[in-house]
Formats: sequence, C-alpha cells, structure tokens
Amino acid sequence: MNHPMWLDNPAITAELLPALGQTLLMTAFAALISVLLGLPLGIWLWATARGCLAPRPAVHRALSALVDLGRSIPFIILMIALIPFTRFMVGTALGWQAAVVPLSVGAIPFFARLVEAALRDVPHGKVEAVQMMGAANGQIIRQVMVPEALPGLISGATVTAVTLVSYTAMAGAVGGGGLGALAISYGYQRYQSDVMIACIALLVLVVVAIQFAGDRLARLADHRR
Amino acid sequence: MIELAGLRKEFAGTVALDGIDLSVPAGQIHGIVGRSGAGKSTLIRCLTGLERPSSGSAVIDGIDITAQRGAALRRARRSIGMVFQHANLLDSLTAAGNVAHPLKVAGVGRAERRRRAAELLDLVGLGDRADNHPAQLSGGQQQRVGIARALAAQPRILLCDEPTSALDSATTAQILSLIASLRESLGITVLIITHEMSVVREACDAVTLLADGRVASTGSLRRVLGEPGTALARDLLPLPEGREDSAAEVRASGRASVQVALAGTSVPELFALAETAGAPIAGVEAGTLETIDGLQVGRLRLLTDDAQALSGALRAAGIHVEEAA
Ligand SMILES: Nc1ncnc2c1ncn2[C@@H]1O[C@H](COP(=O)(O)OP(=O)(O)OP(=O)(O)O)[C@@H](O)[C@H]1O
Ligand SMILES: [Mg+2]
Repeated sequence: MNHPMWLDNPAITAELLPALGQTLLMTAFAALISVLLGLPLGIWLWATARGCLAPRPAVHRALSALVDLGRSIPFIILMIALIPFTRFMVGTALGWQAAVVPLSVGAIPFFARLVEAALRDVPHGKVEAVQMMGAANGQIIRQVMVPEALPGLISGATVTAVTLVSYTAMAGAVGGGGLGALAISYGYQRYQSDVMIACIALLVLVVVAIQFAGDRLARLADHRR
Repeated sequence: MIELAGLRKEFAGTVALDGIDLSVPAGQIHGIVGRSGAGKSTLIRCLTGLERPSSGSAVIDGIDITAQRGAALRRARRSIGMVFQHANLLDSLTAAGNVAHPLKVAGVGRAERRRRAAELLDLVGLGDRADNHPAQLSGGQQQRVGIARALAAQPRILLCDEPTSALDSATTAQILSLIASLRESLGITVLIITHEMSVVREACDAVTLLADGRVASTGSLRRVLGEPGTALARDLLPLPEGREDSAAEVRASGRASVQVALAGTSVPELFALAETAGAPIAGVEAGTLETIDGLQVGRLRLLTDDAQALSGALRAAGIHVEEAA
C-alpha cells in the first residue's frame, strides 16, 4: 500500500461525510418528488383501467406505454439524455442537485407502477360499498383507496427509495457526487480499497435504515392484523 | 317500493337476467332464492347502478335507477342501504368510523356522525366495539357493523346479498330479528338474497324464486307454501336434514312409505282421513311442520303397510302426495 489508510486517508476523514450527505439529499429529494408525482400518476393509471373507477382504456394504454418506456430506458442513458432538461431545471448538469432530476424522472414511473399494483390489491367490494354511499370518485380515492392501500404504498415508496440509493451511485459516476462518486474516484480509479469499503458499508447502512423505517411505517399503517 | 319491469342483463355470452318483472311493496321483507348462477346478485346490483341492465327498468320510490348517472345516481344511492355477503368494511377505519362513513360522505358534521355511529352500534349490539378495527372483529360482528353502516344514512330500502351465509345459526337469527325490528320501527323495504330456506321462512313476507334469469315463482310466503306441489314450496320446507332419502331405509326394513306435503291440513285430520279410507297410517318416519301466517304447512314421510291404498286415499282427499313406495 502506498497511500495513507483509513483514518489517515483524507478521502475518508474529509470527504466521506459530505459524500454521505449528498447521497442522502439526492435520495430524499428524488424520493419525495417521485412520491408526489408518481402517486397521482399511479392513481390515474389504476382508475383508467378497464372495469375500474373511471375506465378509459385508451388513456390507460397510453399512460401504460409511457410508464413502461420510462422504466425501460437504462438509467445511465436517461441521465445523459436529460442533460439539457436538467440544465433548464437547475441551471447545471453537475452536483447532487442536478442528479435529483434524472433520478426523479427515472423513479416516477417505477413508483407509479407500484402504486397501481397496491391500489389493485384493494378488494373491489370496498369500492362498491363506498360507491353505494353516494361517494364521488375523488372521495373514493381519498377516503378508500389511499388509506386502504397505505401499507402497500409505503412499501412501494421504500422499494423506490432503496432503488434510488443504488442509482445515486450511478449518478455519482457522471458528476452527481455522493458515496458512489467517492467510491469510484478513490476506490476504483485510485485503488484505495479502504475508501471503497467505507463507501459500500455506508451505502449498505443507508439501505438497511430505509428498509427498516419503511417496514416499521408499513406495519403501523396496516390494520389488517 | 321497488318495481322491476322487463329487466334484462346480458354479459358477453350469458344472459344473467331474462326479463324480470317484480314488484315489492313498501315495508315488505322479500326473499330472493335460486340456484347459484340464477341471477340473484345481478338483480340486486341492477337496483344499485353498480350493474347496468341491458334493458328494462328498476324503479325505487319513483326513480328509475337504471336511468341515473353521475350526481343524480349518487343522490339516489343515498336512499339505498346495501349489505354485502362479505361485509366489505374498510380496514383502515374503526367500527365506528365504518358506520359513520356514509354520513361523512353525505357531509354530516363530526359530532353528529359520532353520535349516530354510537347509536347504530348499540342497535346491532356492538356498542363496546366502537374503537375496534374490522380485523379485530369476528365475521358475524363484521356483518353486523356492515348492517349498521347500511342503515346509517337512514335508507328507505335495504338490499342484502347473502348477509348471513357466512354466519352460524345463532348469529343469523340475531341478524334476522334485527332486520325484522328495523322494518317495524323504520318501515324500510328489504330485499334479501339467501340460499338458506330457513331465512326465508323466518324473516320474509314474500319470496321470489329465480331460475335461469327468470322469475320461476313469486308471492307471499303463505301463498307459495299453500301450493305444496311447487319446487319452491318443496325447497322451503324440506324434510329434516339427513332424512330426505330415508324412503330407501324404510323399504329395506320391509315397510312402505308415502311422502306428503301439507297446506292447511292438520296431522290429526290426516290420520283421520287415512283411517276412514281404510288405509291407516302406521307412523311418521320424518317430518317438518310449521305454522306460517296462520297456515299449517309441512312435509311428512308416513309409514304404512299399503302405500298404494294410502296414497290413493290421500290424493282423493286433495292431499298432495309426493312419492309412494
Ligand atoms: N361480471 C360478470 N361478467 C360475466 N358474467 C357474469 C358477471 N356477473 C355475473 N355473471 C353471470 O351471470 C349469471 C348470474 O350471476 P349471479 O352472480 O347474478 O348469480 P347468483 O344467483 O347471485 O349466484 P350465487 O348464488 O352463486 O351468488 C351467472 O351465469 C354468471 O356467470
Ligand atoms: Mg350471488
């Protein structure tokens, strides 16, 4: 070894914490935006399906195709393709703030599909029971679908956030910062395996923490047991 | 008051309802029976707008539900309470929250909602379970919460799709007496789908038998049971469970039996008839007897030495003989 290791290594002592912060910020903002936009998109996707609340098969097919398109583009390509849009939104294509844009765009359709699946799991009889009260579609979505599907929605958001953590590493590779960037530039390109190990350990910790919190919340929201 | 006229519903390929005409006067408890697939659920769903009939009308208190859309349909639905086979309660709400839900949808204030929910839960005997979620209640308790919910908005009509089929007989009796008392106190009209003939006997004023999407027979319980030859009357008053096929046992023991359906003839009268005709009844192997609306009805398997003579004598006296062997 020809470089200072572990606590003597400035890449760890000086850069690890800020990188962790960037990863957390990227994940948090992208997850927030994905939930805020993916939830209505997922609801729309669900409601327009055949035999559902507001059946519009043509709209459903179009949304479906759009969502699948979004999910099938490899993230790295999405990120590059979105550079002009990112510049327009945040003024730059570098830094964690810029990375939030492609991360969100990639995660919105992902989360929307999970939302649709969670809503589809709510038995149709419950919808009919509330329709018989004279409820309008908006009331049904707010008073029945979202609360009844909440455990599933929270699990979906958790999966999305965990997926986003691993995508932040990819975003890091092209100037997004964060633990992924640190791991690549020191651990991989400069053979500093201590940095690599520290970054991976922190990423695992972040994922475990998100999963733990998500499971906890989902269980709290679940009144079925 | 419910009036169905020429109600027809086709699903791709199948005709579920094939021209139903039926009238249920206000305040009546009306049973709908029929084999699985006969169209019972479809009929009730056409009365709610959850299903759109292919043609015909379903008029409730002067409003043709099948013609309503959007806000008008939502308004019409508020006067209809629906009890589902599986209670269809919301897991995210407590028992009280579920009962109060129709009031919330109707825009009733929180304090009034809470008061009404407590009242209704007391009515169904679950006053102490207000804060329980459905998962913490038994199936019968959930069903009672479902009934309380269906009544919350004070509907004029209560539609029940097999409300007791998942319940034991004690809970069933409880729920039926609840429905009967509601009719007494609130004067609501009740349509109740069931496959349990005991439910019809105990709770209904009138009954309709559906077969293949058509009305096979309909009328007051007294009238239907007064025509002992019909399949519906036979289904409504079967021989006791396990004794339906006892004729073979009787034969094996070297005796003969005659099965009769009674409507308006008492058992002593029956024995006297046989005695006079010279074909005495040796005993009763199995039987069901009930008094419905002042009418003595029943079904008996009689033991005799000469089945030919006994059945001939009874037939001559106008008694409905179902089998003689
Ligand atoms: N949504 C549907 N799509 C296609 N066919 C249907 C649909 N709903 C009902 N049917 C058909 O219509 C007929 C009547 O069904 P329905 O559910 O009304 O019967 P039911 O008398 O309630 O039976 P059960 O006692 O089993 O509940 C059946 O042949 C059924 O297959
Ligand atoms: Mg049915």
